[in-house]
Amino acid sequence: MRANPAECEFAAPDSMRGVLSLLARDPGEWLPIAGGTDLMVQYSAGNLHARKLVSIWNLPELRRIDVSAEEVEIGASCTYTDLRAHEVVNRDFTLLASAASWTGGIANQNRGTIGGNIVNASPAADSLPALLVYGAELLVVSVRGERRVPYRTFHIDYRKTQLEPDELIRAVCLPRRFSGYYAQARKVGARNAQAIAKVCLAALGRLEDGMVADVRLAMGSVAPVPLRLTETEQVVKGRRIGATLVRLARMAVVSEIRPIDDMRSTARYRAAVAANLVAEFLEQLAAGGTKT
Amino acid sequence: MNESQQEREKCEIILRVNGKFVAVHAHGMERLLDVLRLDLGLTGTKEGCGEGECGACAILLDGLLVNSCLIPAFQANGAEIVTIEGLAADGRLQLLQQTFLECGGAQCGICTPGMIMAAFHLLSKKPHPTREEIREGLSGNLCRCTGYAQIFEAVAEAGRRGGTT
Repeated sequence: MRANPAECEFAAPDSMRGVLSLLARDPGEWLPIAGGTDLMVQYSAGNLHARKLVSIWNLPELRRIDVSAEEVEIGASCTYTDLRAHEVVNRDFTLLASAASWTGGIANQNRGTIGGNIVNASPAADSLPALLVYGAELLVVSVRGERRVPYRTFHIDYRKTQLEPDELIRAVCLPRRFSGYYAQARKVGARNAQAIAKVCLAALGRLEDGMVADVRLAMGSVAPVPLRLTETEQVVKGRRIGATLVRLARMAVVSEIRPIDDMRSTARYRAAVAANLVAEFLEQLAAGGTKT
Repeated sequence: MNESQQEREKCEIILRVNGKFVAVHAHGMERLLDVLRLDLGLTGTKEGCGEGECGACAILLDGLLVNSCLIPAFQANGAEIVTIEGLAADGRLQLLQQTFLECGGAQCGICTPGMIMAAFHLLSKKPHPTREEIREGLSGNLCRCTGYAQIFEAVAEAGRRGGTT
């Protein structure tokens, strides 16, 4: 049953300080809402428990993208449209730009935010594997101050994060050290737009003298959280890509993912596709990797 | 009655809708879609899925295409809104409305307002879109009659005739 709007309190402070004081005053009572593309769906279905919502949609400090020589700092309320339109994100972080382009449709990209995608913590989220392979760090704020959290530690379990009730993600920082890597993002779903992925891959790799000097792989929809494939990376790293290595990588992928059967796919299909995607990436990387 | 069930007061929300300033009294978490349809009587904006999948409720909010079923009313306070009712002027159909008619782009009609708003948004950015750009621009809008070929053709035709005017 749909929620009754008359039961809900809605606040829209005009500053970060205002938002953070509300979160600190009644910890766990107020739920931040940005573009609403996830929360309003839960709300309309009657599945949203929060009755107090605080809007963070129009806070200018959350909509900035700041570029320095070392990193790009993306405000948490930047939308997928903002990401797609940003020159440096498009050039240096193609995996994130690709994921943004196939999240929802244009209307949802105009409202859905990177911070919302992280906090919503769906293991199927399109952009989260990209954040894993780029080694993202989160700037998390509260009235107590700001802390920097490696994104890889942020998701604790299925839809559980280490965000405290009085905290808000302020920005996502991406180090600018992967522009020389071959990058490949793939989404396998009923269709790219709107549909949620059955499996998605974000992959970075770099060859030196024919050997894999570095490789970074992450997948969505194959575990309770967006998953970095560290075992597969270890199998591949420092070796020459050939039929044997691809076969070993496939085995490593299947052994470290934990896919399930659900309404979108089966564990068996997901495992087969996950192995195929990594194999395809390695073959492209070995072939000189021009496709992105 | 505990706190979570108490009826809260409505707030005033001021909008500019299709060029006219309007003030409505609504709860902050009412869906913008309901404010448009129920408070303002603008029933051209449709509800399909109610969860941002189908695009039937698409409108322009400060120039951006959005699904109005996913917008809390209070987030629209102070915003400029254009709905399907705002496209025709002086009794003349907007170009896209004309090409949808001519190309058979509307069948049962429920997706049509959202399709036209998405197409309007696309043409405002890309006046002469390629077929691929049309497919992407309309990818968030579902047509249950599956009249996509005619819909794409209607948008392409509007592009050939000069875009949004």
